[in-house]
Amino acid sequence: MFIRKLGALSLMTLRKTGRMGLFLAKTFFFSATPPWKYSQLLRQIQFIGFQSVLIIFLTGAFTGMVLGLQGFYTLNRFGSAALLGPMVALSLIKELGPVLSALMVTGRAGSAMTAEIGIMRITEQIDAIELMGLNPFRYLVVPRFLAGILAMPLLTAIFDVVGIFGGYLVGVKLLGIGEGTYFGEMANYVDMRDITEGIYKSVSFGVLISWVSCYKGYHVGFGAEGVSKATTQAVVLSSVLILFWDYVLTSALF
Amino acid sequence: MIEMQNLYKSFENLEVLKGVSLQVKRGEILGLIGGSGHGKTVILKHVAGLMRPDRGHVYIDGKDVYSLRGDELQELRSRLGFLFQSGALFSSLTVFDNVAFPLREKTRLGEEEIREKVITALEQVGLRGAEDKYPAQISGGMIKRTALARSLVRNPEIMLFDEPTTGLDPVIAHTILDLVKSVHKDLGFTGIIVSHELLRVFQTVQKVAMLHDGVILFVGTPEEIMASRDPVVQQFITEALALRNFRQEEQLDRKE
Repeated sequence: MFIRKLGALSLMTLRKTGRMGLFLAKTFFFSATPPWKYSQLLRQIQFIGFQSVLIIFLTGAFTGMVLGLQGFYTLNRFGSAALLGPMVALSLIKELGPVLSALMVTGRAGSAMTAEIGIMRITEQIDAIELMGLNPFRYLVVPRFLAGILAMPLLTAIFDVVGIFGGYLVGVKLLGIGEGTYFGEMANYVDMRDITEGIYKSVSFGVLISWVSCYKGYHVGFGAEGVSKATTQAVVLSSVLILFWDYVLTSALF
Repeated sequence: MIEMQNLYKSFENLEVLKGVSLQVKRGEILGLIGGSGHGKTVILKHVAGLMRPDRGHVYIDGKDVYSLRGDELQELRSRLGFLFQSGALFSSLTVFDNVAFPLREKTRLGEEEIREKVITALEQVGLRGAEDKYPAQISGGMIKRTALARSLVRNPEIMLFDEPTTGLDPVIAHTILDLVKSVHKDLGFTGIIVSHELLRVFQTVQKVAMLHDGVILFVGTPEEIMASRDPVVQQFITEALALRNFRQEEQLDRKE
C-alpha cells in the first residue's frame, strides 16, 4: 500500500515537472520568435519593473543600513572596521541584492501574475483567445517572461546602489568611518566579476519568477479556491527555487 | 459539415459522454437540449477542439479536429465563432476593444474600417453607447451581448452558442435569438445552440438533438420532438415548458 502510494506520488511529481519543463521550453521558443506583442510587453515592464521600484528602494535601504550596523560591530571586534565598505558592497552585489529583490518581486508581481492569468483561465478568457485562432502564450506568457528578464537586473541594480548608500548612512554618518575609507576600500575589493555574478543571478531569478508564476496561473484548478491555491503555490515554489538556484549558481560560479 | 462520431469523455470517475454521434449539415442550425450537467457544453468544447475525447472523433469538412496542429488548427479556429456561457470577455479591455480584438489581431483592416464594423455589431446587439465601459461595469446581459457581437463580428462559418439566453430577461433573450436568426439568414453559418429556452430555440433551429445520460436520445425537427412519444423526451419538454410558464407568471406578478 505504502509503496503504491509512493510510486503514484513519484509519477505525479515527475509528470508535473515534465509539464513545467515543457512550459518553459515553449516560453523560450515563443519569446525568441516573432510576432511580439510590444504594448503588452511595455505594460508588463511597467507593472513588474517600475511599480516595484518603491518596495525595492525601501528593502534596499534597510538591508544596507542593517548590514552597515551589523558589519561595523562584527568587523570592529577584529579591528577591521575600515573594511565595512567592501563588506556591505560584496554582500549586496553578490547575494542579498539579487536574492532579496527576487523575493520581493515574487511577493508583489509574481503573485499578481498567477492570479491574473488564473482568473483569465477560469473565466474562459484563455479559451476565447485560442478560439480566435491566436496563441495565448504570445499574449499572456511571453510579455511577462521578457519583462521579468529585463526588469529583474535593473531592480537589483537599484537595490544594490540604495543598499550601499544605506550602509554609508549608518557606517559613515552614524558610526564615524571615513567617507574615503568606505568608498575607497570598496573600489579596491569589488571586481567586475562580482557585478556580473550578481547580474547572472538576477536574470535567472527573473526567468524563474515569471516561469513559475505564469505556469501556476495557466494550469490553475477550479474556481476562486483554485486561484488562491495557485497563487500561494507560485509564491512558495518561486521563493524556494530562488534560494535553491542561488546556492547552485554560487557554487558553479566559483 | 460537422460530424461527431462516438464521443466518449470522462472526468475523473464521472463518465459524461457515452458515445455521442451527431451530424450538422452546412447552413443548418442544431439546437442541443438536455438537463443541466448532462454534457452539452462539453460537446461544444469538443467540436471547437478545446477538449479532447477519451475516444471518438469530430470531423469538420472531413478533417479530424484532433489531428490538426499549429497553423491548420488556427486556420480552422479562424472560421469558428464561440459564444461562451460566461461571455469570456477580456476584463482589461473595454466593450469596444473586446469586439475589435479579433479584427485587430486576425485581419489587416484599418482602424477606421474596424471602428465601423464594431459600431455596427454593437448596434445590432443594442449596445451602442456602452463602447467605453469595462466588463466589470456592465450587467450580465450586456456582457453576453458584447460576447455575441465579438463572436459574430468576423462573420464565422461555424457558430457555437453556449446558452446564449440563460440569465437574460425575456425581451433581450428574444432579441438575441432574433439576431441569431437574421444573421443566419444573411450569412448562412452552420451552428449549434445549447439552450433551455425550448420554444424560442425551436423557432430558430432546423434540427433538435436531445442529450440524456451521455447519449443522444433524440434527433429530429422541432415539430418531431414536440410530437415524440418517448417518455423521457416528453417529460423533459413538459417540465421545461412548465418552468417557462411559471417564470413568466412570476414576472407578471412582479410587474403587477
